[in-house]
Amino acid sequence: MTSNQTPSQTVGPYFAYGLTAEQYRYPNGQIADGAIANDKVADRIRIVGRVLDGEGRPIPDAMVEIWQADRLGRYNQSGAGGFGRQGTGTDPESRFVFDTVKPGSVGGGQAPHLTVILFMRGLLSHLFTRIYFADEAEANLADPVLAAVPAERRQTLVARREDTANGPVYTFDIRMQGDGETVFFDF
Amino acid sequence: MTLQSTSRRDWGSHPPLLHPPYRSTSLRAPTRPLIPIARSLSESTGPVYGHESVRPLDNDLTRNGRVNGEPLGERIVVTGRVVDEDGRPIRNSLVEVWQANAAGRYVHKVDQHDAPLDPNFFGGGRCVTDDEGIYRFYTIKPGAYPWGNHPNAWRPNHIHFSLLGPTISSRLVTQMYFPGDPLLALDPIYLGVPESARGRLVSKFSIDVTEPGFALGYVFDIVLRGRGETPFER
Repeated sequence: MTSNQTPSQTVGPYFAYGLTAEQYRYPNGQIADGAIANDKVADRIRIVGRVLDGEGRPIPDAMVEIWQADRLGRYNQSGAGGFGRQGTGTDPESRFVFDTVKPGSVGGGQAPHLTVILFMRGLLSHLFTRIYFADEAEANLADPVLAAVPAERRQTLVARREDTANGPVYTFDIRMQGDGETVFFDF
Repeated sequence: MTLQSTSRRDWGSHPPLLHPPYRSTSLRAPTRPLIPIARSLSESTGPVYGHESVRPLDNDLTRNGRVNGEPLGERIVVTGRVVDEDGRPIRNSLVEVWQANAAGRYVHKVDQHDAPLDPNFFGGGRCVTDDEGIYRFYTIKPGAYPWGNHPNAWRPNHIHFSLLGPTISSRLVTQMYFPGDPLLALDPIYLGVPESARGRLVSKFSIDVTEPGFALGYVFDIVLRGRGETPFER
């Protein structure tokens, strides 16, 4: 017997103490945060970005989740490693910040990428997108998912790299509307 | 390695991204259509959070926020079965919940509704499904509260749910409502759901779940995206 999917509803404006309590300093645990890799990892990278609304304003009440493979392209099949969660409400610039490692290719000709799940007030159903890396230009050219995206929109999925004293920092802004509107996927 | 290959999101069941009566959607809904992609490992895997991620009082919101007494309001027990579209139980899977207190006030610091906080109620919790896919938690029935969407707008009583399911494709954030709530017919968030699917968000009162002398019982079953296709091996 088949049943129909339970409908989605918005995460609303008050998710912080339920889903990201430690980040927002509420007395409740949280299952995942922005530290996908800890500070003992030598090849750690940082991913930062904002979620911008249709008027280009940073959204301070979004929640971003990341799911990724490890540096060898292996997904965790039995635990939670590779999953991160951050609200945009604790950074003065409404940024999300993830510290992690760059994943390897997961096969199928895919370039290294992270899956992003986006939730916020005003979003009745969550959205999926992907973060690719600007320094993987050759792999990106061969990626079948990027190939499904019109060429002029592919750049919305590519994080740009900046090298800092603390390692590479990749910037990935999510634009909900307008010029450079981020590509979102359905699967 | 066996992978979960999930069926697609059923947009006949989920709310659209742009729903003008819910005003916050206007600047936050993408204007371009979603781009369909084939599922790969990236979409067919997901984090596993089970019993080890839950602390002893996490499933009892009537106790996990106590400071100097019991929270005020109507004690309830909420339970239900989490299954996929083929009716298979989703086992050992994390359910996170959060809600307003009995007066309709959230602990969240941006909630400025002029209703009292309850020093003995926090409003957040989590539980894990068992081998039959059943979850269960105790709480206080949340109150309705006003919001700024339109003049005299009030949210119906609701509890927020976040479910991870077996893969990121089965990820679901939703809200559970209560039967007979007159605000449902006026709520643009609830009404954003296609009409034929709305009833799935309304819990059922159950005298069988109700615990004598202690708490009224509500049942809220949840269906996550199923496999839809023959699982593949590699």
